[in-house]
Amino acid sequence: MSDEDKRLDEETGQYTTGHSYDGIEELNTPLPRWWLWTFYATIVWGIGYTVAYPAWPMISGATAGVLGYSSRAEVAEDIVAHEAKNASLVDELVAADIAALDPASDLHRYAVARGASVFRAQCSQCHGSGAAGAVGYPNLLDNAWLWGGTVDEIAYTVEHGIRNETADARYSEMPAFGEILTREEIAALVSHVQALPNGGAGGEAETLYLDNCVACHGDNGEGMQELGAPNIADAIWLYGGDAAAITQTITNARFGVMPAWGQRLSDADVRAVSLYVHALGGGE
Amino acid sequence: MALMEKHAILEKSPTLLLVSSLLVVTVGGIVEIAPLFWLENTIEEVEGVRPYSPLELAGREVYIREGCYVCHSQMIRPMRDEVERYGHYSLAAESMYDHPFQWGSKRTGPDLARVGGRYSDAWHVDHFTDPQSVVPESVMPKYAFLLEADLDGEYIGDLMATHRFVGVPYTDQQIELARADFRAQADPDGDYGDVEDRYPGAPVGNFDGQPELTEMDALIAYMQVLGTMVDFSTFTPEPSR
Repeated sequence: MSDEDKRLDEETGQYTTGHSYDGIEELNTPLPRWWLWTFYATIVWGIGYTVAYPAWPMISGATAGVLGYSSRAEVAEDIVAHEAKNASLVDELVAADIAALDPASDLHRYAVARGASVFRAQCSQCHGSGAAGAVGYPNLLDNAWLWGGTVDEIAYTVEHGIRNETADARYSEMPAFGEILTREEIAALVSHVQALPNGGAGGEAETLYLDNCVACHGDNGEGMQELGAPNIADAIWLYGGDAAAITQTITNARFGVMPAWGQRLSDADVRAVSLYVHALGGGE
Repeated sequence: MALMEKHAILEKSPTLLLVSSLLVVTVGGIVEIAPLFWLENTIEEVEGVRPYSPLELAGREVYIREGCYVCHSQMIRPMRDEVERYGHYSLAAESMYDHPFQWGSKRTGPDLARVGGRYSDAWHVDHFTDPQSVVPESVMPKYAFLLEADLDGEYIGDLMATHRFVGVPYTDQQIELARADFRAQADPDGDYGDVEDRYPGAPVGNFDGQPELTEMDALIAYMQVLGTMVDFSTFTPEPSR
């Protein structure tokens, strides 16, 4: 096979490659020129790219590239640039007395908008994307608050969380009365608790309530926010208000945990999300 | 043109063609992959990253067995939106004891690289049992059966020895006491001091709230340690990487 074997194929008007296998020949159909030159251009581009950007492995690291690009530097710059855009509002928010913030002010509107986005990313998995909560995870739309519904109290809860392992977390622990009372006594308590909105069941059940529950939940079941003891007379139930759920609560107690978001969120984010939650409708 | 004609030699000898293409591909592979094994900046040194505790490792096995990686990545990319949502971007060192790594590239669910400490243990139980009970929009399947699958950790030492074989620096003592540590980490009423000594920062607790030690305990222990090993308040990333 050599140049001498190439010949013009009369049928197609094209030259053959000169390859001949058992008399079968191959037409020389070259790649389109535009394709070939584009291919060469990508090779040149590739070489240029490895000079401009980090690429070639050396002894201790890859070549840095003449443009000095790094993905880490890029994200750091991106974050700084983004923060700079809101810097004045963020400074104002961090310095402000959020409890006294005028709901009609621009800063309040900014905080609520920022808080809404923080809430959707960080809080919605437990409290629901509409903040209506779920069984075991409080509804933040109503005005029933376990630990207080003022802006400052909400901000404290967001920052330090509830019953987690941090030192300043809100903490309280209801005893598991299954180890203290008999089943019959617990059943009596359940009937009293369910009757609380109408003044209670009276009799022995009320005596049991006064002996065991009143210190935290109050004479009439109104609860105590300093201890996170819920109002149990308002027909709003975190873990369910039917007899089975209340029996379960009294027998084994509940121990809801919320993480300390101050460890993950910036000051501005904690304040913004607190204002957002406060503005949902139930804020005190 | 003489040189250009030489390819006929290769093309007419299948064995030679096969060996030659293998050589070409090998060169490409060596140039692209091999340097990562000796370049000092492939895995930067980061304080705090430790091998998984026996219980976490067992949870990781459940994670892999159930194919969680099919919908969840464990890799926060260096982009502002990801950093804002998930936290600091992932470092290579954070998965250096993962064999195989669980970076993934598919996010039907959210990234889990820093899910540790983000939710309470009880939330994880609720969520694994019935994801829609806490996140109505979720399309995640239910994993309630994990609560019924008891674990005794019988082979956990062997598993750790296997991981040591591929480069995880488990000590003889850690492997010897694997089963005891396995139980101790899930028993907040017992003596778990040794577990915390051997595996600093390991979450201890009765993760699933039941007396039995189940796959749910192991999986939640694994969830709660993800992304928590590096203290980012004291970490400064090298800018050029």
